[in-house]
Amino acid sequence: MGKITIVQAINMALSEELARDKDVVILGEDIGKDGGVFRVTEGLAEKFGPERVVDTPLSELGIIGASIGMAAYGIKPVVEIQFMGFIYAGLEQIFSHASRLRSRTRGRFTAPIVVRTPYGIGIKPPELHSESAEAFFCHMPGVKVVVPSTPYHAKGLLKSAIRDPDPVIFLEPSRLYRSIKAEVPEDDYTVPLGKAEVYQEGNDITVVAWGTMLHRAAEAAEGFDCEIIDLMTLKPMDEEAILKSVKKTGRLVVVHEATKNCGLGAEIAALVAGEAMEHLKAPILRVAGPEAVVPMARLEDYYMPDKERIRKAYEKVMLY
Amino acid sequence: MPKDVIERFELEFLQIINEQGVFDSALLPPFKDPDFKKIFETMVLVRTFNQRALSLQREGRIGTYASILGQEASQIGSALALEDGDWIFPSFRESGVFISRGYPMWMLYRYWMGDERGMKAPEGMNIFPMSVPVGTHLPHATGAAFAMKHRGDKKVAAVYFGDGGSSRGDFHEALNLAGVFKAPVIFLLQNNQWAISVPRARQSAAKTLAQRAFGYGVPGIQVDGNDLMAVYSATKEAVDRARRGDGPTLIECYTYRLDDHTTSDDASRYRNKEDVEEWRKKEPMIRFRLFLEKKGLWTKEYEEDVLRKALEAVDREIEAAEKYPAPDPADIIRYTNSELTQTQKRELEELGWEK
Repeated sequence: MGKITIVQAINMALSEELARDKDVVILGEDIGKDGGVFRVTEGLAEKFGPERVVDTPLSELGIIGASIGMAAYGIKPVVEIQFMGFIYAGLEQIFSHASRLRSRTRGRFTAPIVVRTPYGIGIKPPELHSESAEAFFCHMPGVKVVVPSTPYHAKGLLKSAIRDPDPVIFLEPSRLYRSIKAEVPEDDYTVPLGKAEVYQEGNDITVVAWGTMLHRAAEAAEGFDCEIIDLMTLKPMDEEAILKSVKKTGRLVVVHEATKNCGLGAEIAALVAGEAMEHLKAPILRVAGPEAVVPMARLEDYYMPDKERIRKAYEKVMLY
Repeated sequence: MPKDVIERFELEFLQIINEQGVFDSALLPPFKDPDFKKIFETMVLVRTFNQRALSLQREGRIGTYASILGQEASQIGSALALEDGDWIFPSFRESGVFISRGYPMWMLYRYWMGDERGMKAPEGMNIFPMSVPVGTHLPHATGAAFAMKHRGDKKVAAVYFGDGGSSRGDFHEALNLAGVFKAPVIFLLQNNQWAISVPRARQSAAKTLAQRAFGYGVPGIQVDGNDLMAVYSATKEAVDRARRGDGPTLIECYTYRLDDHTTSDDASRYRNKEDVEEWRKKEPMIRFRLFLEKKGLWTKEYEEDVLRKALEAVDREIEAAEKYPAPDPADIIRYTNSELTQTQKRELEELGWEK
């Protein structure tokens, strides 16, 4: 098999999981005949039928809420929310129910739902189609947050998410959907949740990034000896992987496109400051979106950290 | 061109036993005499549990509690129509439902004492933890019902909520999805006339709440919520329909919250005594007692005996609740995820909670 995109890799994961387990059900708007607005579910309704690849009413709260009851009953719902900007209607369901059902029943009931949604800037869509709200979910105990950055990981992480006993928010970088291609094995493999990977080894700067920003951080690293960590699971975070790398390099730059204020970069910085202060040779820097709402198409390139901004941060920590 | 009437809706109201205890024998469900007595005994037990909860709260032995006084018929009548294996999604004012389905009373007390373990339903008992954010649990019932259908299980989901909850978007999305999915779910709306201080008239301009069912292509009915037999009968019909594969039903139980919203509320601030007293005359136990009397099944001695046994049973449950060992602080963290995260392991150690 040739190289495939993230869209195709996710489709492959869904298809394999639907084939593996009759209790896997996909729900969402336009995911059936239309194959989803990004065509991620293309062909699945024909293959598995409308009872398992379910076109729902326009009802984000309802779909996410219903998925909690489904999961508690014992089937495996995989919800698609068309764009991250539309997930907010379902936040109460995720925060007040899915995330805490296990805790408030001391393990008697659980809500292992998967909510997939494209996130981030880069496709010049209308307003509220480019949100990067991962930090909300990372802040909520009981929820896992996953962001793949390559086709290989997209397939393996989604399969892990579907088999995971906890609720998982699976954020798909829309800018990467079709812009990168890679070989993806056709066999049944998984990539474990909660584990980061070293995307590129290096000795001078630890760079932590995920999704679209991982690739940008890597492009910006030319001329620097960066160790780039693909965090992949934002929550629970692989603290050990980050600390191990920082102890080697003594420098940390976190890159994310979400607004810097209370973004995940702050948590990573605090972790390193608290646990590896003595190893630091320079201040921890974050390269992130400004404190502003995500702009429309004409300005979106300015909002997203670009190569230049990232390089400046690398220079700054090296010159300190 | 003249306008055509393209659809008509008719809403029925069901009452089987009236306030004087007079009943329509053609509509009376086919219970045997011992069943009627058993139902009365459950009513007494539920009311005893409820009254003791209120006094325990005043004594500082449990925390805030939401009384169900006046809603016994709506809760017991509907719960009785369900079978073991069906799934129940209660709100926080559902002691009658829990107890009717055999949920251990000590666990309910334990929950109201502020202990999550009280909502760890015994294995095999499919009762969700009571939903605290009002009305947010309705979609869960729709989802569970979808899953039952998916698995081909002949089960139903029943979800309990109130007039306040019916104003939420969750109500709309849950009913709409249930209608589209033809999911086996029964929406039990206990219209107790008050959402804390806001009266039913401020929840909706609609004449009834049951009529909203029609907007979702779902059958709806309003029943006298203080008539246990009417509630049972309507729920049984809905349960049978759902089990047959014919989809959801909305049942509005027209009832009244006789007590304050919770022990933290003072209803005299917003409703007048006369209205409450009028409703007190219509409360469900008076009616059921009159019904039993007419059937020759009730005597004063019988009720005294039932009450004495109920008090004894509830006392034993309170004792069990109060004797239950204190929870482990590590439980705060332990049940968050299926496994402890790296962060949580570090926190347990830092907090000194890991034994």
